[in-house]
Amino acid sequence: MSKRSVSILVLVAILLAGLLPAAAQTDCDFAGEIYIGVIASLTGDRPKVGQSTEEAAQMAVDEVNAACGLQIDGKNYEVVILVEDSESKGESAVAVATRLIVDEDVLAIIGPQASVEAVPAGQVANDRETPMISPWSTNPATTFDRPWVFRAAFLDPFQGPVVAGFAQEEFGAKTVAVLYDIASDYPKGLAENFRDAAIAAGMDVVAFESFSTGDTDFSSQLTNIIQAHPDVLFTPQYYNEVPLIVQQARQLGYEGPILGSDSWGTPDLLDLCGDACNGAFFSTHYSADIATDVAQAFISNYEERYGAKPDDVAALTYDAFHILFQAITNAQSLDKADIRDALADIELFEGVTGLMSFDEQGDPIKCAVILQIVDGAFTFYDSACPAGFPPESTEEPAS
Amino acid sequence: MDINFLLQQFINGLQLGSLYALVALGYSMVYGVLLLINFAHGDIFMFGAYMGLFGSIVLGWPFLPTLLLSMAVTGLLGVTIERVAYRPLRKASRLSAVITALGVGLLLENGMLALTGADPRSYPTGFVSDQVYTIGGLSISTVKILIITLALVLFLGLYLIVQRTKWGMAMRAISYDKFAVPLMGVSQNQIIALTFFLGTSLAAAGGILWGTAFPVLSPYMGMRVGWKAFIAAVVGGIGDVRGAFVGGLLLGFVEIFVVALGQPFGISSTWRDPIVFALLLIILVARPTGIFGVARRQKV
Repeated sequence: MSKRSVSILVLVAILLAGLLPAAAQTDCDFAGEIYIGVIASLTGDRPKVGQSTEEAAQMAVDEVNAACGLQIDGKNYEVVILVEDSESKGESAVAVATRLIVDEDVLAIIGPQASVEAVPAGQVANDRETPMISPWSTNPATTFDRPWVFRAAFLDPFQGPVVAGFAQEEFGAKTVAVLYDIASDYPKGLAENFRDAAIAAGMDVVAFESFSTGDTDFSSQLTNIIQAHPDVLFTPQYYNEVPLIVQQARQLGYEGPILGSDSWGTPDLLDLCGDACNGAFFSTHYSADIATDVAQAFISNYEERYGAKPDDVAALTYDAFHILFQAITNAQSLDKADIRDALADIELFEGVTGLMSFDEQGDPIKCAVILQIVDGAFTFYDSACPAGFPPESTEEPAS
Repeated sequence: MDINFLLQQFINGLQLGSLYALVALGYSMVYGVLLLINFAHGDIFMFGAYMGLFGSIVLGWPFLPTLLLSMAVTGLLGVTIERVAYRPLRKASRLSAVITALGVGLLLENGMLALTGADPRSYPTGFVSDQVYTIGGLSISTVKILIITLALVLFLGLYLIVQRTKWGMAMRAISYDKFAVPLMGVSQNQIIALTFFLGTSLAAAGGILWGTAFPVLSPYMGMRVGWKAFIAAVVGGIGDVRGAFVGGLLLGFVEIFVVALGQPFGISSTWRDPIVFALLLIILVARPTGIFGVARRQKV
């Protein structure tokens, strides 16, 4: 062996030695790895949603691996996530869901978040019989008639009436107006649920105006709305559209209350909107102000790790991972069908976003909270639970 | 439907139309001298808006200096793009040039994405006063007044340059016959560079004004505005600066008034885009060269 190849060998050995301690940081003895796909909108219209997804996913997985992973039949398995970018588009979500299932052979998928991505991606997961949990999607179509698809968020047929009821009780609203994106599943579904709930509650829908994804000028629709003199304006849009709508409404002279939905809850909304959004209300999944012990631990760990408060996307993603972990542990199996059954069998789960149980469609039954934007911060205002929830026997969530 | 409502919608239309017009001008000018559809123009508009972020946030400058800085830097970017990407292809087929333009647009868009990230941004508070004037039931914000007057001033300035100066005469001459102009001792390259400078700096002004009216800036913001401005330029008669301005205003008004007036006829705001583009198609069927366009005979 020449001198040169010896020195290369030595170099390689040194490099390997340097790597080894890093690989064996935990003293756990892993029998194998469990691959979980994560679909996050890292680019496109909703990059913040994707970032929260990735951060919460990484944290959930690191925590479980630090505790020696998941135990199945007495063996420890390390959880590994594969994060794919959905570019905030339905077609890309379908492409990466297919890739994760076919090429990477993941055991389950967490994500995608927005309904416009989750509805089509759910079809892929269901067709290819892979369990999928969308943490944030609230449109019924995501899980409807799809036994393999679950979610961690409440549904729009629940959220719509919550906001409509709030408008009536809080403001004595008799007339309401809606402005929504007709080309996106989530705003469209929720706008219709809100309209139906408002009519059922005896309110008049005096304006039901729409636009298409990517529009930035809403002055014409808003002038129509102002002309109709509604008591409240409801706009179930994403954080990059809400500031435009609220600012333009105020500039055009609308002075009444503006209500929104869980898609508002990304902190970037506060930066983009400035003072204009102060005083607005929206319904969402949880509030850091009324957090339980489980939630407090999550919030402080997340803040320590990423230097920012977790938004609802992060909280729901974290919950989705723990729902999946619980299902895998309950199933004691790495078979997709067993995990699906275990997911469907979870009766009551206490997550960061509160207590939840699941109905036969794989949808959680849980409470919503109403937040108000006060001085550029999301502040707890009220909470609203479905009739008969949480069940009497369990402890009430701190509220 | 009262008069205030119509006036308010008219002002809304004027604002949107002015913004389209500013972007359409650059499309039209470049087509005028090079017969090139500069598909990177929408992304140059985005670059202008981002230069506004640089001026207002990084340098902390107020509105007017930021606007001038962005117009100057973006104008130079336009000249550079022409020098590096389009001039070597001037004798190649027009298809190659159009594809290059698309490539330049993607480069700008993804370059900005890599540089600043995908998070939407906005100008700092107080960059433009958020004062709203209420006159007899009409709400007019400072931003609206600023956009409408600046667009008009910039258009008139450009029109004077094109119609009344020697440079403008040379531009018009190149668009008329680009082989005869160099024979008259006028540098074709210089005139084309000047055209790019003017067109792209107007797009930059449009970008900053757009960002003050709709303060959610992202690297993708130029795409849709670019398409719409292109359509406005074609409807107005591409190659003619008056056409671009009128086309932009027309597009803005049609977009606003389809939504404003559709309701009594059972047309919801959902129909905005289909009706807008159907109307524009009808205009093009009636006048294939656009409102101000003149049919040019092809010499064979």
